[in-house]
Amino acid sequence: MARKRTKTGAADAPVTTVVVMCLYVAGKAPNSVKAIANLQAICRRYLKDGYKLEIVDVCEHPRRALADGVVVTPSLAKVSPGPASNVIGNLSDTGSVLAALGLHAGTME
Amino acid sequence: MTAKKNGALGPLTKVPTGIQGFDELSHGGLPRNRTSLVMGGPGTGKTVFALQALVNAARERKQPGIFVAFEEGVDEIFANSATFGWRLPALAKSELFFLDARLSPTVVQSGEFELSGMLAILKAKKQDLGAGWIVFDGIDVLLALLQNPGAEMREIYRLRDWLAHNNLTAIITAKIDGDASGPANYGFMQFMVDCVIRLDRRLEETIPVRRLEITKYRGSDFAPGEFPLSFDAHGMEVAAPETAVPHEASTERVSTGFERLDSMLGGGLFRGSSTLITGAPGTSKTTLAGQFAESACRRGERTLFVSFDEGGERIRRNLTSVGIHLDAHVKSGLLRMYSGRTDVTNPEDHLIRIAALLREHQPRCMVIDPLSAIGKGGALSSARAIGNRLIYKVRDHEITAVITSLIDSDDPQAETTDLQIPTIADTWIHLSYLVRGGERNRALTIIKSRGTQHSNQVRELVLSAAGPALADVYSSGGEVLMGTLRWEKEAEESARKLQRHAEFSNKRRELEFAEADIHARIAALQVDLDRQRAELALYTRDAEARHASSGEWKNELRRMRSADAAGAAAPGAGKRRAGRVSANSVKNNDKEPNRGP
Repeated sequence: MARKRTKTGAADAPVTTVVVMCLYVAGKAPNSVKAIANLQAICRRYLKDGYKLEIVDVCEHPRRALADGVVVTPSLAKVSPGPASNVIGNLSDTGSVLAALGLHAGTME
Repeated sequence: MTAKKNGALGPLTKVPTGIQGFDELSHGGLPRNRTSLVMGGPGTGKTVFALQALVNAARERKQPGIFVAFEEGVDEIFANSATFGWRLPALAKSELFFLDARLSPTVVQSGEFELSGMLAILKAKKQDLGAGWIVFDGIDVLLALLQNPGAEMREIYRLRDWLAHNNLTAIITAKIDGDASGPANYGFMQFMVDCVIRLDRRLEETIPVRRLEITKYRGSDFAPGEFPLSFDAHGMEVAAPETAVPHEASTERVSTGFERLDSMLGGGLFRGSSTLITGAPGTSKTTLAGQFAESACRRGERTLFVSFDEGGERIRRNLTSVGIHLDAHVKSGLLRMYSGRTDVTNPEDHLIRIAALLREHQPRCMVIDPLSAIGKGGALSSARAIGNRLIYKVRDHEITAVITSLIDSDDPQAETTDLQIPTIADTWIHLSYLVRGGERNRALTIIKSRGTQHSNQVRELVLSAAGPALADVYSSGGEVLMGTLRWEKEAEESARKLQRHAEFSNKRRELEFAEADIHARIAALQVDLDRQRAELALYTRDAEARHASSGEWKNELRRMRSADAAGAAAPGAGKRRAGRVSANSVKNNDKEPNRGP
């Protein structure tokens, strides 16, 4: 319980900062479509307007994806703030996405 | 459906991998523009296999390739293959592209993903590069992340479709645990690809043994079974079966250094053949091999003497004691001696060093003494693999080789279960001890000699300071006699011969004497006979003369008496009477001369 509280305190501050993310998808591939939907839902619910999302279709921009070190799709990269992090998959597990973004599901609700 | 597309690619053509032995086993290499799966446990050489094929294509055919690394980092790959002299970092600047496809350990997974994004990236790279090859190294690492057999299957299908559409010759490597058939999905993957190669590495005692097996090759024939695999300075090498390497068979004969042995072999060893000499410790295998090396040097042929666990100097010293002198040839540079320690150096390294020596010294004749030493650690199949490769290598260089092998038992057949060299060697000579009469003596037998009428007789090998020699053995009462017993037998035989000879001369002289005696007697009798005949002749002449003179005497008497004509008037009666009278007179006359004078 004590741990939870500390985390809550830490998470309070970044709410106002803007989270910059980049989602790499592969055209209309099912998991890519799901990932876009899942991420948009998470953003609406937890980040309100405090985020900036770029969606890159690797089928159209493969060289960009290569340069960014993308291997599998869908793949979400958190650019800022703080340490960069990556999530792969269709982002169906909201908890792990939030954790990777430095947010916590419990406090946001 | 995609299988049909594959079929539409046209007839199966193959691309050589440049992996020594593999291209022979697969009858030409990997299927062009199709996918091959290389699977095996950790450390079996999957990555090396894939890299070597890629490097070969880039170097030999200037064909660019892409290497997708799921398991190792690009730097690691470069470092691990630095020993092979492929100069990957240089190739990576032009023909080859290495994609580090490892997922960072900090990556969080949330839900399912797919490979389509990666394939889109690779497609772009393929077009940029004009690549003809692609390697997915360690695909199992990626597939494991899918955590769902259905998803894995779906992605494998995706991969296969993508490869089929992109005209790429692909190698996928995947790790399997142990030598079991592996996870079920690989079974499916094996079905999907056109060619499946299994690599295996197992420990026999303490020494690692590597194997390669082609388990599937759609639309093509291939050599079935496991083949020894090892690494040398150029990469991976597979010991392909002998038939795959055609060599021109020489009919030139090379002396073994023993005239007797040469004649037993129908004139010597064939140039470029390999001869195996087996025997228990101390049966003079090294001596035989040394004699061969010496005679090669005396012919002026470059020779390499490889010994294991005994230094070249000791060998030379020991051989000098039996009249084989190698020092001068070492000094002149004709003879090169290499000795390896099997307790500190692993067999594969020996092979690499010997291969380097073959290139450097360019020998025409070679001795390996004893090859069995490399199997000493107990890893027989590994030693077997190395032994086989060594023999094939020697044969490839058309070197006439004499290879000794130590066997513990005196039964040469025991050897066949050991290193299995006899099956490859062209000639097999076995040395054994025969213990009889409190002595051990060395016997030499030719067990086989390909393409040659060879003697099936046992010979005794006699060692002396004047040099080794072969002697006939005696078989007596179903037993083979050697050493002192042979000597005794020989002495006995020669004594008996002398005696027989003496007896014969005696008899001959006797007979000659008898003959001479008879001749002498015949001569004496002849003389006697002649004398008798002469006497008879003389007597006859005397008698006739007397008879004639008595007739004349009667006529004279008659004339002097003036006998009437009565006698003449009746000549018939007179004659008849006269005849009678004359006969009487002759009789009387016979006596008369005796009486008269």
